[in-house]
Amino acid sequence: MLHRYEFYLAGVLVLLASVIAVLNPTFLSLSNLFDLCKSSTVLGIFALGVLIVLLSGGIDISFTAIAAFSMYVTSKVLLAANPSGSIVTAFLIAGCLGLLLGLFNAFFISCYRLPTLIVTLGSASVFRGFLLGFVGTKIVTSLPVSMVDFSKRSLFSTTLPGGETIGLSASFLLLIAATVAVWALLRYTMLGKGIYTLGGNPEAAARAGFNITHLQFFIYGLVGFLSGVAGLIHACLMRNANPFDLVGTELTVIAAVVLGGASITGGRGTVLGTILGVFLLVTISNSLILLGVPSYWQKVLIGSVIVISTGITARREWGALHGVVTG
Amino acid sequence: MQDAFLDIRHISKRFGGVQALRDVSLTISRGEVHCLVGENGSGKSTLIKVIAGVCRPDEGEIVINGQRTEHLRPIDAVREGIQVIYQDLSLFPNLTVAENLAINTLMEQGCHWATPRRIRRVASEAVARLGFEIDLQKEVAQISVAEQQLVAIARALLQDARLIIMDEPTTALTHKEIESLFGIIRSLQTRGISTLFVSHKLTEVLEISEKITVLRNGGKAADGDASSFDYGSLVHHMTGREIHGLEYPPSREGKRGSPLLRVRGLGRCGAFHDVSFDLHRGEAMGITGMLGSGRTDLAMSLFGLVTADAGTIEIDGARMTPGDIQDAMARGIAYIPEDRLTQGLFLEQSIERNIAVADPESSTHWSGWLNLSRMRETAHKWMTALSIAAPSVALPVQSLSGGNQQKVVLARWLAGEARILILNGPTVGVDVGAKAEIHTKLMKLARKGMGIIVISDDLPELASLCQRVLVMHRGRVVDQLMTAEGNESTLAARLSELE
Repeated sequence: MLHRYEFYLAGVLVLLASVIAVLNPTFLSLSNLFDLCKSSTVLGIFALGVLIVLLSGGIDISFTAIAAFSMYVTSKVLLAANPSGSIVTAFLIAGCLGLLLGLFNAFFISCYRLPTLIVTLGSASVFRGFLLGFVGTKIVTSLPVSMVDFSKRSLFSTTLPGGETIGLSASFLLLIAATVAVWALLRYTMLGKGIYTLGGNPEAAARAGFNITHLQFFIYGLVGFLSGVAGLIHACLMRNANPFDLVGTELTVIAAVVLGGASITGGRGTVLGTILGVFLLVTISNSLILLGVPSYWQKVLIGSVIVISTGITARREWGALHGVVTG
Repeated sequence: MQDAFLDIRHISKRFGGVQALRDVSLTISRGEVHCLVGENGSGKSTLIKVIAGVCRPDEGEIVINGQRTEHLRPIDAVREGIQVIYQDLSLFPNLTVAENLAINTLMEQGCHWATPRRIRRVASEAVARLGFEIDLQKEVAQISVAEQQLVAIARALLQDARLIIMDEPTTALTHKEIESLFGIIRSLQTRGISTLFVSHKLTEVLEISEKITVLRNGGKAADGDASSFDYGSLVHHMTGREIHGLEYPPSREGKRGSPLLRVRGLGRCGAFHDVSFDLHRGEAMGITGMLGSGRTDLAMSLFGLVTADAGTIEIDGARMTPGDIQDAMARGIAYIPEDRLTQGLFLEQSIERNIAVADPESSTHWSGWLNLSRMRETAHKWMTALSIAAPSVALPVQSLSGGNQQKVVLARWLAGEARILILNGPTVGVDVGAKAEIHTKLMKLARKGMGIIVISDDLPELASLCQRVLVMHRGRVVDQLMTAEGNESTLAARLSELE
C-alpha cells in the first residue's frame, strides 16, 4: 500500500483540496463538487483512451480531432435526418464515427508499421481539415432535443435554500461506466494483458501468440470509440456543437494520464492512477479559477505538471531497473 | 534409435546467397543434455530456428517422437514440447512474475479471461514444478537476471516441455548462479526432459553436456560424446585452426618507478568502500567478484561516469576531478562498458564514425569541420591493426559480429590514445577465435606500456591476462591474488568461499 504511487497521488489530492477549502470555503460546496465531477467527465473518458494507448507503447494525439469530428457530424446528421432522435442513437452514431476514425489510425500503424506519433499527428490534421473544409465551420447552437434533455438530466438533485436547483450531471454515469469497463478489461481479460505485453516487449508478445495487428486495431478502435462518446458529451454539456472545440486540449489529457503514473514509454499505468490524475488536474484548474488566477497561468501549470510528473515516473522506473542490476 | 526425442536429418538452408546450414544432422535423446557450439555466424541460431519451426529448411527432415513432420510450424513445435529460451528471455519487464509465468499458458489454452486468481494458480504450479521460491507479485524488471532466467525456464516447463533449448543462458550469470542453473538442468534430465544448450563458454559446455555438436560455417564440424572432447579439440573444431597463445607470458615491465594510476581510499556510498590500488605501466590487473559486488561502480567511477564521494584518484601523480568524464578522457582513461550494444557503440553509425568519436581533435580541421579523409585513414589503420573483418569502414557497426564490434570499441579508444584501458567484460558474447585475438591485442598494448584493468567473470581469461586480480565482495576489496602464485582454480576456490 505504502509503496504504491496511487496512494501518494490520493494524498496530494486530499492535501490540495484541504488547502483550497481553507482559502476558499466555496470549494467544498455541493454545487462546486458537482461541477468538478462534470468537468472531469469528458477529460476522464479521453484519459482512459490515452491510458490504453500509452500502455501499449504508443501515443495518440488525434483523439481530440476524432472527438470534434464525431460530435459535430453527429449533431448535424441528427438535426438533418431525425431531429427528435433519441440520445442513444446520438451516442451510437458518435461512437461509430469515432471507431471508424480510430481504425483509420490503426490501419496505418499496424499495416505500414509507422510510428504512432507520426500517424496520429497526421491523421489529427486530416480529420480536422476534413471537418472544417467539407462538413462546416458554423457552430450548431440549437442541438437536437434529446441532447439538450440529456444535458439537463441530473442525479440526486436538491434545491438550495436560495432556490437554485443543483445536481450531478447524468453524463458522470458514463465516466463511471467507462472507468469500470476499462478497469475490467485491463485486469481480467487476456486482451488487457495483451495491451500490457505489447508495451513491455512487443517481440515477446508476438512469440507468446498475441496477434499484434488485431491488438492494435482493437486499441486504436477503442480509443476512437471513447473519443467519439466523449466528444458528444462535450457538445451536450456545452449546449452547442463547435467544430473548433476540443482540439488543443490533448496536452491536458496526456498530462493527467502521466500525472496518474502512466509511463510515457509504455507498459506501466493504472486506471485508478489515471482517474486520480484527472481529478487532480481538474481540481487544480478549478481552484485557480476560484482563487482568481488568470487562465493563462493554467497553461504554465499544466506544462509544469507534465515535466514534473514525467520526471518522477522516469526516476521511479530508472530506480526499479537499476537499483538491482548495478554490478 | 528408439529413445530419440528429436532427430533432424540432413538439414540445409540458404538465405539469399548465404548457405546458413549445410547437411546438418543432430539427434537428441530423452533426458539428454546436448550442447551446440560454434562461432558467431556458424549457423547455430538458424538451426535453433529450424527446430522451433520458425524457419523452414530447404532440404532435410525433422523427426519428433518418431514422427516425421513435413512442415513444422512454431505452434506444432510447442505442441510437441519444444521450448526455446531465447537470449533475451522474452519476458515482459512491466508485468509481475506471476503474469509472466502464466501468460503463455493461458494464451495457449485460448483463454479470454485472465483473472488474478487464475494467473496465481498457473504461476504457483509453474513455481512448484521447477521447485524454486520467488515473490510472484514482484515486477520482472525488479528481479535479478538469474531469477528472470528461472522464470523463463519455469514458464517453458509449464507448457509440458520435452526439450528446452537455451540460447547462451549463462552470459549474464555469476559462477554461483551458473552452478544452480546446471543443477536445474540435471534435475530436468532425471525427469526425462532434454536440454539443448548453446554456449560460447567451452568450460561450461564440457562440464554440463553429454553430447556435443560443433558447427562451423553452416556445416557440422564434429559431434560425439562430451568425454571425447577437450578444450583444445573443441576450439580446433570450432575455428578450423589451432588457437595458440591462450597462455600469455606476463609482461615483465611494470612495478618500476611511480605508478601510472594510484587509487587511495576510493568509495561511493552504497556501492563500494575504501578501495586502494596502484596500476603500473605495462600492467594488466583484473577485478572480479559477484554481480553487485561494486566492481562496475568502481570502474565507472574511475572513468567519472559516477562520482566517487571519498578518496582520491591520481594519474601520474596528478589528482583527478571526481565525476568528470572529460577530465578522465583528457588524461587518457578509456572505459569499455559491459553492454557494448547500448552503452559502447552507435549501432546504426558507420565503423569509421564510431572509431573517430573518441578523438574529436584529430578528426576535425582547425576550423571545426570534420576531416573526412583523416577519419577514414584512422579507421583503416585500426581495422588492419586489430584485424576487424568488414568489407568497408562505411558499414554500420550493427552489421558486424560480436567480436568485431568489440574490436571497434577497442579501436576507438586506441585511436584516442588512451593510456589506461578499463574493460568491463571484454569478451562477453565474443566467440573463441575473436576472444584469443582480443587477448593478444590487449597483451601487446600492455607491453607497449599501457595500463589495463579487466573486469570479468571469466576466470580463465583473468588468469591468463592479468598478473594480479582484485577480488571484490560487498563493495570491498577482500583479496588480492597474484596469478603467478595462484591460477584459475585458486581463484575459483576463493570466489566460491565468498559466495
